[in-house]
Amino acid sequence: MSSVLLKNIVKRFGDFTAVHKTTLDIPDGAFVTLLGPSGCGKTTTLRMIAGLLDPTEGDIVIGGRRVNDIPIHKRNLGVVFQNYALFPHKSVAENVAFGLRYRDVPKADIPRRVQAALELVQLPDLGARRPRELSGGQQQRVALARAIVIEPDVLLLDEPLSALDANLREDMRVELKRIQERIGVTTVFVTHDQSEALAMSDRIVVMSAGRVEQVGAPEQVYNAPASEFVANFLGASNIVPCMCTRRGPEGATLEAPALGAIAVPAARAPKLREGPAKLVLRAEKLQLLPEGAPCDGRITAPAVVETVDYQGQTVRYFVRIGERQFQAINLIEERPFAVGARVVAAFRPQDCAGLPGT
Amino acid sequence: MMGWQLIRAWAIAVYVFMFLPVGVVVLLSFNDSQFGSFPMTGLSLRWFAELWSNEAILRAFRTSVALGLLTALISTTLGVLAALALVRYRVPGANAISTLLIAPILVPEVVLAVALLLFLDFLGLHKSFALLLLGHVIFTLPFVVLVVQARLVSIRRDVEEAAMSLGASPAQAFFQVTLPLMRPAVLAGGLFAFTVSFDDVTGTLFWKPGGVETVPTQIFAMLRNSISPEINALGTAMIVMTVGLPLLGAAIARRLAMKDGG
Repeated sequence: MSSVLLKNIVKRFGDFTAVHKTTLDIPDGAFVTLLGPSGCGKTTTLRMIAGLLDPTEGDIVIGGRRVNDIPIHKRNLGVVFQNYALFPHKSVAENVAFGLRYRDVPKADIPRRVQAALELVQLPDLGARRPRELSGGQQQRVALARAIVIEPDVLLLDEPLSALDANLREDMRVELKRIQERIGVTTVFVTHDQSEALAMSDRIVVMSAGRVEQVGAPEQVYNAPASEFVANFLGASNIVPCMCTRRGPEGATLEAPALGAIAVPAARAPKLREGPAKLVLRAEKLQLLPEGAPCDGRITAPAVVETVDYQGQTVRYFVRIGERQFQAINLIEERPFAVGARVVAAFRPQDCAGLPGT
Repeated sequence: MMGWQLIRAWAIAVYVFMFLPVGVVVLLSFNDSQFGSFPMTGLSLRWFAELWSNEAILRAFRTSVALGLLTALISTTLGVLAALALVRYRVPGANAISTLLIAPILVPEVVLAVALLLFLDFLGLHKSFALLLLGHVIFTLPFVVLVVQARLVSIRRDVEEAAMSLGASPAQAFFQVTLPLMRPAVLAGGLFAFTVSFDDVTGTLFWKPGGVETVPTQIFAMLRNSISPEINALGTAMIVMTVGLPLLGAAIARRLAMKDGG
């Protein structure tokens, strides 16, 4: 196990810069997720760590050793690819044993270690099968077993769950996290799925257009987004231009049209100064209440329902508050409000975040 | 209903037209008669025995087999390398190279044959077995390149990357992963090259040095005299070689592909 350090790395393809100057420190044993939409540079970054791409500038250091000039097959990394990349002409056991043959593992030990790895991924009886005889989820587990049996210094996962269907994906998410905690290997996980990132990571690196937007613990990234991009990418947010009228050590006061004064805690507005600002109000924190309902010290504003997007367990409303349209995602308690209903929109100021305005 | 029946009858008629002559050759090769035509006077393997003792035909047969095997070997090796370069590496002008490699099956064979002869004359070289082999390699290469390329495109790059991430050097990854996955196509390509070479008349007539005959040119020569029943027997033997071998090869390739999970 080793830490991974990216020092001022840049990746250009011709005139196109896929990754702008980035520095990233991934501590030993951490589960770090590179999160972002397609084309944000997350896979390029992962492939540079793996040695499948050479950085144009900067250094890659794994376990204190600069690896820029070390080819992939000498880096001792476990890589799990998006489409599993199992060897179709080899059995499951041969797939898992593949990496051990290139290491100083006594021949007699190989079957035992293969079996141990297959047990870890809960497929102890499938060693003799061919990959195509397995389901997608099983293939994914075999790919994981193949990557961890070599006891890699770092485990690199490139969207490993995206080819699975929804239910299986959630099971595998739990499973993957369990295995990672069990063996404690430093893990870099690439995904575009915010819920995977939030559920699994110790730390999330949000990327956009080749730049790192924010690095932080899941709660931090979710609750105190560092930019409008982060606020929008992790769940739906309402972003309201406003004025920061007071900035103190305990927090900031934001004045937004139709919402009034909102006291945002300091932790959620680290970069805010007095002057133009933006209020970030998550759609799931904005609750619609019938007119006249008690509002327990929340900030309220009269609203009109314009669109109702029924989603079963929850409902997504578009409501008009003053001049602006807001999004609200609420659990359905009895029945959703109808289009045109006059309601009260309520939220707690401590659920809001503030960003510096333009 | 009526329309479909007509179409069916028509289709059967087409097949009969295509395969009846071949069937007749095979049938007549077992004919006891002196003449290579109907009526049949009795069943016999006599003409196969004659064939077996005809030194000219046996020599032609050996030449054809040697030529076919060498063509297949060289074409397959070159074709696999070309396909690898075109699919796996960024080669400048890859499209043009690809087209040029395929061109020999588009250019009329007579033109190709004359062109190669003229070129050789220009270089001041004489006809030889090596030239014949060269010619065969040129026009069997496209088959190998096409078949192997098609297969290689379907082999995902990340399988090779996975092998390397596990510690295999690029060469080890090729021999452990890429080559076994390409094997059915390599075999099919080689078989194609062999059959095309074994079957060829036009180019061979132009390129063969004096005194050297392949099976097809030998038959051609024999036909000038008369339709000997030996030709029927030879035809049957050729059919077994050029139809039977690819079928056998395809079956083996399918077996391998099934075993390897395609």
